[in-house]
Amino acid sequence: MKICYYPGCTLKNHAKNFEDSTICSLNSIGVEVEELSRWNCCGTVFSLTTDDLIHHIAPIRNLIRVKEANYNKVMTVCAMCFNTLKRANERIKSDPESMDILNNFMDREEVQYEGDVQVFHLLEFLKDEIGFENLAKKVVKPLKKLKIASYYGCLLVRPKEIGFDDMENPTILDDLMEILGADSVDFPFKTECCGAYQTVDKPEIIADRTNRILTSAKDRGAQMVVVSCPLCAFNLDQRQKQTVEKYPEFKHIPVLYFTQALAIALGCPEETLRFDLNFIDPKPILKEKGLI
Amino acid sequence: MRINLSRKKIRDSFVDKVQELSGQNLLACYQCGKCSAGCPAVDEMDILPNQIIRFAQLGLKEELLASKAIWICASCLTCNARCPKGINIAEVIEALRQILLRNRKDHLKVEKLSDKEKEEIPPIALICSMRKFTS
Ligand code: SF4
Ligand code: SF4
Repeated sequence: MKICYYPGCTLKNHAKNFEDSTICSLNSIGVEVEELSRWNCCGTVFSLTTDDLIHHIAPIRNLIRVKEANYNKVMTVCAMCFNTLKRANERIKSDPESMDILNNFMDREEVQYEGDVQVFHLLEFLKDEIGFENLAKKVVKPLKKLKIASYYGCLLVRPKEIGFDDMENPTILDDLMEILGADSVDFPFKTECCGAYQTVDKPEIIADRTNRILTSAKDRGAQMVVVSCPLCAFNLDQRQKQTVEKYPEFKHIPVLYFTQALAIALGCPEETLRFDLNFIDPKPILKEKGLI
Repeated sequence: MRINLSRKKIRDSFVDKVQELSGQNLLACYQCGKCSAGCPAVDEMDILPNQIIRFAQLGLKEELLASKAIWICASCLTCNARCPKGINIAEVIEALRQILLRNRKDHLKVEKLSDKEKEEIPPIALICSMRKFTS
């Protein structure tokens, strides 16, 4: 099987650990990944104002690229890209007048966009196309006795029409971690916003959120937290530096992309895990559990 | 805070503008407060999400456009998910930010970020912040 893949900007630099672990995991279960040969930034956020059509151009152009590559579906792993691409797509599909305006604006494109590309997330693919029970059979290194809290954040689950799990109590990541052999730890802050882009000019707000979210996961016994968004990862992992400055009693905890946990369980080599990009080193706990 | 209400403010085109940009019917709100109860950012807000809706119904333009809260909201959509009246509060807040941004009142001063910050902060955060906080 071969799937078309849209990486998004951050997976090519700060979140290379997200990309490499995704590709290795998929290859190891026999899925080939074809990255779009040309793509642009999706814009990271979906425009919430009714008249702001211009900002839907960026995501829609990517969907045109998917058509040009002869696919009718595209996979993303970044929660923000997923949300922006899928939401812009749904917005345009439900409004033919806007679709015409956008197509006219993009009159140098050789392909017209007709709402005919489907956007999906890796988690949906693993659950619905591969099947968690089949994935379980491919696990070579079960994440035994590792207590993992799954953090969903906002954009995998909200709004309802876009998300692929329960908005208030999603379980897809927890289910995946269980399939991989880990003990999943439920905690009340799994869909609480990390503060997102406030990290740029108000990092002190992020310190509060990170403290609240991670302390709750730790109190429930988690030894690490998994995420699906490079912005959540930056706030929950890198911003632990500011968190401990503001809250000296705060205790560090490793934050991984869920694909890094997946890649470990599927036996991917350590160079694809790229732990050098994780701020809080997950190696000690992984060594303790005999996983690396 | 002293608030002056007037028929003039309630009928001001500002109210229509907010409704138009957000696509929301402000009068549907019955002030249950559920949006504010679930908002993770209320600690830092001067006007809470349910109050933002009330202020917008009443055309309290100055108070809303000068508020800190509209720049604290991170569009996490928790309020939208929980409003029993189906109001998209985050869209109303976006409309308020847009009214200012469309008049070139940028909130983020990109030029104030140090080289170290620009290198350390991932593109996803920088682009997002620019999309939300600059015109
Ligand atoms: S949850 Fe909805 S109805 Fe209740 S106060 Fe907020 S906007 Fe109004
Ligand atoms: S979208 Fe904004 S107002 Fe609504 S819950 Fe999130 S931070 Fe609060």
